[in-house]
Amino acid sequence: MLGRVADQLYWMARYSERAENMARILDVADRMSLTPQDDNTRITAWYSALEVAGAQEGYAESHGEVSGSNVLHYMALDQDNPSSIFSSIRAARENARALRGTITTEMFEAINATWLELRAMDEMVLSAAGRRVFFDWVKERAHLFRGVAEGTMLRDEAMMFMDIGLDIERADSTARLLDSKYHILLPSAEDVGGALDYYQWGALLRSLSAFRAYHKIYRDRVSAIRVAELIILNAEMPRSLRCCYDRLVDTLEILCGDDAPECQRLTGRLHAWLRFRRIDEIFEQGLHEFLTDFIEGNADVGQQIARDFMMVR
Amino acid sequence: MPLPFAQPFESVGGKVDAMVGEQFFNEMYEDGGVRAPYSRLAEWIDAAPEGHFARKQIEAETMFRRIGITFAVYGSEETTERLIPFDMMPRVFTETEWRRLERGITQRARALNAFLWDIYHRREIIRAGKLPGHLVWRNEAFEPAVVGISPPRKVYSHVVGIDLVRTGPDEFFVLEDNCRTPSGVSYMLENREIMMRLYPELFREQRVLPVDDYPRALRRTFASVAPEKCDGAPTIAVLTPGAFNSAYYEHSFLADQMGVELVEGQDLFVDGDFVYMRTTRGPQRVDVIYRRIDDDFIDPLAFRADSMLGVPGLLSVYRSGGVTVANAMGTGVADDKSIYPYVPEIIRFYLGEEPILNNVQTYMLRDPEDRKYVLDHLPELVVKEVHGSGGYGMLVGPTSTKAEIEEYRKRLLEEPSGFIAQPTLSLSTCPTYVDAGIAPRHVDLRPYVLSGEDVSVVPGGLTRVALVEGSLVVNSSQGGGTKDTWVLKE
Repeated sequence: MLGRVADQLYWMARYSERAENMARILDVADRMSLTPQDDNTRITAWYSALEVAGAQEGYAESHGEVSGSNVLHYMALDQDNPSSIFSSIRAARENARALRGTITTEMFEAINATWLELRAMDEMVLSAAGRRVFFDWVKERAHLFRGVAEGTMLRDEAMMFMDIGLDIERADSTARLLDSKYHILLPSAEDVGGALDYYQWGALLRSLSAFRAYHKIYRDRVSAIRVAELIILNAEMPRSLRCCYDRLVDTLEILCGDDAPECQRLTGRLHAWLRFRRIDEIFEQGLHEFLTDFIEGNADVGQQIARDFMMVR
Repeated sequence: MPLPFAQPFESVGGKVDAMVGEQFFNEMYEDGGVRAPYSRLAEWIDAAPEGHFARKQIEAETMFRRIGITFAVYGSEETTERLIPFDMMPRVFTETEWRRLERGITQRARALNAFLWDIYHRREIIRAGKLPGHLVWRNEAFEPAVVGISPPRKVYSHVVGIDLVRTGPDEFFVLEDNCRTPSGVSYMLENREIMMRLYPELFREQRVLPVDDYPRALRRTFASVAPEKCDGAPTIAVLTPGAFNSAYYEHSFLADQMGVELVEGQDLFVDGDFVYMRTTRGPQRVDVIYRRIDDDFIDPLAFRADSMLGVPGLLSVYRSGGVTVANAMGTGVADDKSIYPYVPEIIRFYLGEEPILNNVQTYMLRDPEDRKYVLDHLPELVVKEVHGSGGYGMLVGPTSTKAEIEEYRKRLLEEPSGFIAQPTLSLSTCPTYVDAGIAPRHVDLRPYVLSGEDVSVVPGGLTRVALVEGSLVVNSSQGGGTKDTWVLKE
């Protein structure tokens, strides 16, 4: 396979995953704004959407103060914001268009139909009544795209580069989301286990589709350390860092065969670092420090994969 | 139910209709009756319930948009992708009609390839006095850099698109040969795909010869012209200028259908005697390049130095037989306007056969006899500048005023050798779905001839239709659309 094609597959999958993650985050921020709490907490929810995307500065330049409806617009439909859902879907579709010879017709039809529908949408979809439908639609279209890929693509290199893109993006997004909330996960003297924390943790879990999983696994009231454990270390939780890296290691194992390129070593090292770690160790080290290290390590893995396979000149 | 289009041009058309309307051959209706190839189609149209075609049109457009068949229009940001209008009324040929066309176009492609080999080698045709040498030497499309190079099987133009027009039941004329990088074949394939989805019942009832073998035939053609240095199965790649090229869809479609890599210039590099592509497993040798970029851009070391699209050093690998380039560099000289009038002579010279398909009669004004005829018949003729293109500087006799004709006559007399003249062609019409219902519209046809070990044509081609009433211009940039082209098995 051409190195350039591998690169485009990787980014197509990343952008598609990015659009879905942003829809989840905005959905949760919107739910939070409906619960009884102080303004500050509401703003924080919206702010974390900007933080996860690294879009605080861009937002501040164009909009100034953080407000729900502005963040919503900026992160969902703003065509000039490179990390909006609109831009992510556009980028995924542009890559798909260039990959017409590689992906299946069904895959292109799926992403192309998504793009055409999105392009025809106006501000109305973000109205108070419409936004939930919009977020669901974005998630559904991402699921459809992945499902179609699963059901129609050969299990060859092309699929593997898509899997790699998806896992790198998902791990990155989960880590950033967690990092943007790390303060609420730290044990604080007052209000531990109080209603406020419950809302916050609940929201975090929901934005990772992990709310029900949490209750299924822990059958217990929500506590900070267990939320962190689930999202970082649980191998069965599909959006956890551990789970992303389990898959990444497996994919690279098949892809690399006996070659053992540098990216495989970096991935294995980061995987081991996650796998043989306990949650209290992480809290001792400091959650924020841990997540910062992970985000950097994950980015290094992505860059090394590009060097090893994509013949980046 | 009255036939909606029994009377051609029932609404008031332009001047052209009024003057020469009756001369147009209607491929569906003749002498008040339906021509045989269209009989089943006519019944089906009659039986269609009210509003049926309008609904089907919307269905077809949705399908095209979802599949993403668009062509890029440069210069306007909002509409960088646009659909080429698809007309859902098929154009129908009988197998007998088709076989004759097939013989004619394969004959032409064989002769043009023989001509290309000759003019880049011994130039026998010029020595024999059958073709004036300056038409080759002074031709911009003649490529001195490839003189003496012998491509495998002596094939230069592996894919030739031949533009045909019809003026009567058995009258076909070649309007133009396309020997460089003819495009549009993906529309032939996709139009058929869409028609089969839209109207499965028509395909069940009639035996329409399939065209979907084209990509396989193309691949076989390329495999058969692999360089001698290639051992084992040749690696084939389609070279595209990139995703923003107007024909990108076609490039990726063909690569996909052939099961080969779609590469851009940046994916290829020359090392020593071979061309390689950059893959996830390191460099891989490429043996046959089906290039869809122009000669000028293909190798910045040999042609345009500012080209970012090509592969530096490609020409030298090609010269030393390390790679086959399809179509070869320098094929443009065979489809040039100044060579066109000589194609019948080219067929006789190389094949020893009489041409099966006629050229459009072309008068060269440098010839005194032709000049006299043209000057006496200006109101009936189309006059063109030899080096003009795109319809500029033309005189269309039947639609021009007396003053315009006299003005043009003065220009002709100043430099007669700069002009050629042709009779105004009465392009045939086919039933076409337009806003007003189903009405006759003018069409042409581009079949594709593949030359490698054998010369072959799939039974069909790209029918282009001028959607504007009375218009004879079928180009997609000027309101033209496309139709599915059927050859019915007998």
